[in-house]
Amino acid sequence: MAAIDVSNAAQRETAPAPAGRRKKGGGVWWRHALALLALVFALFPILFIVSSAFNNAGTLSTSGLMPTKFGTDNFKDLFADPARPYWTWFKNSMIISVVSTIATLFLGACAAYAFSRLRWTGRRGGLLAILLLQMFPAVLAFGALYITFANVGNILPAVGLNTLAGLILVYLGGAMGSNIWLLKGYFDTVPKELDEAAYIDGASHARIFFTITLRLVTPILATVAMLAFVGLWGEFLLASIFLTDVNQQTLAVGLWQTRNADVNRYFGQFVAGAVIASIPVVLVYLSLQKQLIGGLTQGSVK
Amino acid sequence: MSQQATHKGDAEVGHLAEPEHLEYGTRPPIWVTVVKWVLIALALAVLLYVVQELIEAGHWLMVILAAFVAMCILAVYSTRRAVPLKYLLPGLLFALALQIWPLVYTVSLSFTNYGDGHLISKEEAISAIEASSVRPVEGSARFSLNIAVPEGQDVATGDLIYLLTDPDGNFFAGSLQGLQPLDAETVEAGMTGRITSADGFTVLSASEVNARSADLAEFAVPTETGGIKQIGLSEAFIGEPTKVWDEASGTITDTLTGRVYVAEGANFVPQDGVGPPLPQGWLENVGFDNYTEALTNPTLRAGFIKVLVWNFAFAAITVISTFLLGMLLALLFNDSRLKGRGVYRSLLILPYALPIYVTALVWSSMFNQDFGLINSVTGLDINWLGDPWMARLALLITNLWLGFPYMFIVCTGALQSIPGEVREAAAIDGAGPFRTVRSVIMPLLLVAVGPLLIASFAFNFNNFGLVFLFNEGGPFIGGQSQIGSTDLLISWAYRLALGGTQPNFGLASAIAVFIFFIVALISYQGFRSTKALEDVN
Repeated sequence: MAAIDVSNAAQRETAPAPAGRRKKGGGVWWRHALALLALVFALFPILFIVSSAFNNAGTLSTSGLMPTKFGTDNFKDLFADPARPYWTWFKNSMIISVVSTIATLFLGACAAYAFSRLRWTGRRGGLLAILLLQMFPAVLAFGALYITFANVGNILPAVGLNTLAGLILVYLGGAMGSNIWLLKGYFDTVPKELDEAAYIDGASHARIFFTITLRLVTPILATVAMLAFVGLWGEFLLASIFLTDVNQQTLAVGLWQTRNADVNRYFGQFVAGAVIASIPVVLVYLSLQKQLIGGLTQGSVK
Repeated sequence: MSQQATHKGDAEVGHLAEPEHLEYGTRPPIWVTVVKWVLIALALAVLLYVVQELIEAGHWLMVILAAFVAMCILAVYSTRRAVPLKYLLPGLLFALALQIWPLVYTVSLSFTNYGDGHLISKEEAISAIEASSVRPVEGSARFSLNIAVPEGQDVATGDLIYLLTDPDGNFFAGSLQGLQPLDAETVEAGMTGRITSADGFTVLSASEVNARSADLAEFAVPTETGGIKQIGLSEAFIGEPTKVWDEASGTITDTLTGRVYVAEGANFVPQDGVGPPLPQGWLENVGFDNYTEALTNPTLRAGFIKVLVWNFAFAAITVISTFLLGMLLALLFNDSRLKGRGVYRSLLILPYALPIYVTALVWSSMFNQDFGLINSVTGLDINWLGDPWMARLALLITNLWLGFPYMFIVCTGALQSIPGEVREAAAIDGAGPFRTVRSVIMPLLLVAVGPLLIASFAFNFNNFGLVFLFNEGGPFIGGQSQIGSTDLLISWAYRLALGGTQPNFGLASAIAVFIFFIVALISYQGFRSTKALEDVN
């Protein structure tokens, strides 16, 4: 549904503006002027980030909107710092985000299929229960999660505190709930006659799901995957509780500690790391803007 | 999309003509069946491993639960019945274990005193107090000692273990639960008999032992007559306790000072009321104490109300300011004559695209009084992060920057769905551009984005990431380090549970439950103002 809305919106945009009185008014230069003002507000911190990253002096006090000494020393320092294994953090963030995204997508799609396509008692109640549950993300129960996983770790060290697997499990707790409405809404738009035809042909429900439905809903899967990935890439609260060992940490926790080690001195390293950490999500945003915008406007409360 | 769908449909319908498909259901290909059973077997194998570990640790309730899950998987996936469950079970299991259980557990924790010094039962607390009070007696046995944690646990936080060698050369592992003999086969010992490594344990290095000296000072292994306690780094003695538990009177007596301690408030406190309680307390239910404490203890109550008011103000001001700016920009760009709108839009989204840990920390750095960009560019010398009101203002500015792109996107979408005739009608009625926006466009816009505003309020109400990363809830005024000026309920709860030296999970959970109620209220309002619930079919 999201994608359809966006394409409609795009069409409307290109349509000629309704003949209003404003056409008489002088030009659009003031709109450009205000737009530029908004751009300055939106972009000056980003300019600050990039120029500080390429500023060889490397401290906060020497950072400004233009690098005083252009160079890549901050990046070299960051990659060479034995106390801050940047690429390990990057790898950890990647593993957590990619694995959780894929699993979230699969669990969500399965549940959406059951809610959209199959008829069973308790379906409506289940849907409402999920909607309700979604309002209370596990993040709010961080204390209980911490204690639970401390105990789990004593029995199953592989998924205890301070492991990527444990954190991924926690993220999957909300997999079915989050985005179920977005997914179900889109599943509902795929004509049911397709399933019925395949069913009459003798296809099993699993075959219909994997070979027909999943292929027809790829646009919404892309949207949900991006929303999930971006959310996971930036998650801080649970990651900071779970990952205490420096080699297990994600970019969020690692960069936070880098910057807090000394607000002034390590600023160059921090900001260099921040630039690289931003690249994956910015790329995702810019390349798939349309789907994301559709997802955002539809996302939370349908 | 629908075009493609119809084609596919035609193709499928085409199959209908072939009669043999109607006669017999097609069997799934063999590899599908194989993959299915491999997956089932894999899931069962994992569960079997879990059950085995649980049995070893003696968690029988969990064993039953794991076995039940295994049966569910088998029942759902090996038969042809319960088709909906085949799709729901995995998500359901995750949701039950990792979303519902933590919420329920949070509620139950809020009725306990779970926290620093209150982690074990009363019996365990008594034996720990007795054991740690041991003094060597004449001719008591000496052990060679090494210090370890169980394998797999973190050396900085794991349960401490004494690896002991008695004078006869027998090996033991001593924990809070008591002494366990170790098989000589599984142990490597040095010349003096001191254990250097043992299967199932991670031996701590000297610096790691040093890092845990505070824990070690409290640690002792209870025995029948008293306890075993370390003396120096490589030796331990068995001795008699100087603090003795008297079951009949329910008191602990210190035989050295003659002082009597009574149980009160999950701690042993001196009977005469003078002096500190014994450090080791126990875990117990405290009923509504955490709640009443937050509402009646003067310092806590003042802090609680302060945090609550700021929490609502922060969320409300954020929603209003981001919405206004986003809407104005959307109106600005809602003119097809404006060239390059696509470029403007892509650039305006950037603040929203960056990860929160980047933006929050960079803004915090920009607001730094001595080195920050804001002061140096404007020539001001404002203590942005140290002054309570300035910190709040700085936080709101930061969140405005973070949030307006989202509102801009949302409003742009909503504006395009407002028909042009409405504007025309307003113009014919003689409304100026300002009046049109205020009386016609805004109300229509609010109807469209209202639910999203409520969702945004709910999100910002618990915007831990921004508040914590920006200034860790600070500044802290008045010499206390518990409640900061920009703290939200959730960041306050975080500090109570995990931030300080004396974690208090009970109180933190009570605050979390309070957040649940507020979120529920907000959601209820949100539902009432949308038709989402009626659409369920």
